[in-house]
Amino acid sequence: MKFRTLFAAAVIGAAGFAPAIAADEPQVVRQEMMKKVGGATGAMAKMVKGESDFDADATLAALTTLSEVAAGIGEYFPEGSETGFETEAAPAIWSDRAGFEAKLAAFKADADAAVAAAPADLDGLKAVFGPLTKNCSSCHETYRLKKS
Amino acid sequence: MKRLALGLGLAAIAGAGVGLLLTAPRPVASERLEVIAALEGDAAAGETLFWAGGCASCHAAPGAEDDARLVMSGGVKLTSDFGTFVAPNISPDPDAGIGEWSVTDFANAMLAGVSPRGQHYYPAFPYTSYTRMSDRDIADLFAFMQTLPVSQVASLPHEVGFPFNIRRALGGWKLLFFTEEPRVTPAEADTQIARGQYLVEGPGHCGECHTPRNPIGGFVSDAWLAGAHNPEGEGVIPNLTPGGKSIRSWSAGDIAYYLESGFTPDFDSVGGSMVDVQKNMAQLTSGDRNAIAAYLKALPERANGWE
Repeated sequence: MKFRTLFAAAVIGAAGFAPAIAADEPQVVRQEMMKKVGGATGAMAKMVKGESDFDADATLAALTTLSEVAAGIGEYFPEGSETGFETEAAPAIWSDRAGFEAKLAAFKADADAAVAAAPADLDGLKAVFGPLTKNCSSCHETYRLKKS
Repeated sequence: MKRLALGLGLAAIAGAGVGLLLTAPRPVASERLEVIAALEGDAAAGETLFWAGGCASCHAAPGAEDDARLVMSGGVKLTSDFGTFVAPNISPDPDAGIGEWSVTDFANAMLAGVSPRGQHYYPAFPYTSYTRMSDRDIADLFAFMQTLPVSQVASLPHEVGFPFNIRRALGGWKLLFFTEEPRVTPAEADTQIARGQYLVEGPGHCGECHTPRNPIGGFVSDAWLAGAHNPEGEGVIPNLTPGGKSIRSWSAGDIAYYLESGFTPDFDSVGGSMVDVQKNMAQLTSGDRNAIAAYLKALPERANGWE
């Protein structure tokens, strides 16, 4: 009985810890970073589409998010993180690292330029939004692989 | 014994004769060709077909961007289980391209998969879809393609080994799999869904990648647009039916916006070979993108085709 209780406690404890462990895995970290990019892009896209009013502060915050992710996400694709946690990272990231890094650098440069431009109105946002978000598909064309 | 040998010999000759008849390239019926030849092609209308048909995705030079996507010099390689197919030059150059073609030659290629020299084309060229195109659209597309820049780049031979290098055998493949019939009966039928069906099953040739194939390259039955293994390597081509994991929750508006902008409802972006397809879809009218979305929403639900 005592053993069973201990065992159950251990299982519950492990279950409690599991998400904390997974959250540190590079596959999960980079997925969360990409979700942040999606959220920031969506906030700006709604303004571009006219579904929400232009907001200069929200725009600058979104652009800053993109710049930060572009600067930081590269380190979350280490050797050994090619599979697992439903990653959709393409093998090309590891077989063509220089090409992947070049895409990230281009994304970072465009994001930094957009932050520096600090769009003050909707036209200003539209001017940077298209060129900046072309980086998404340009990288995903080669370095992201749909698995489901 | 002699009589048996003679009998067998005759049977073999007869069999070969029937085989030759059955596998002979069959061009479009002459009555239809006359109708198409009599039409005045409208190049401006043909541009829509050019983008809907995705011509540039294979026939522009590899990696071509912007205006270079209008130069049909060829060179893109399509890898498959049967070998590597190299898209030819279809610019209006009289020597390197199709500048010498008549609209009749073009109709035979698009609708019957038969070349001006009377040979079968490999279905890597998706005439298996284009065969659903209307006479008017064939004439308009041909008129548009004649307005494109010429390119003198020579077409490269396909890299296909035995037995797939026997073009005549494609006649047998066509007997089994080549059909003009609709691929599916949508749950509802209205003019918008019908337009979407035409675009998806005809010029758009979406099913060529999004439908699973059997070992000899025919579509698996009852799995239209259910998704498939990526023919070019790892990963999958998504399931477009309401049985698909992600698209199930997309509204028709979400699908149309994806085709226009490349963004999913979560503002993830288009990727893989769909990046180029989406660039083509962005050139269509919003009415056509909405029609494609309406048709996809009306598809019968299917389990993932790659599982």
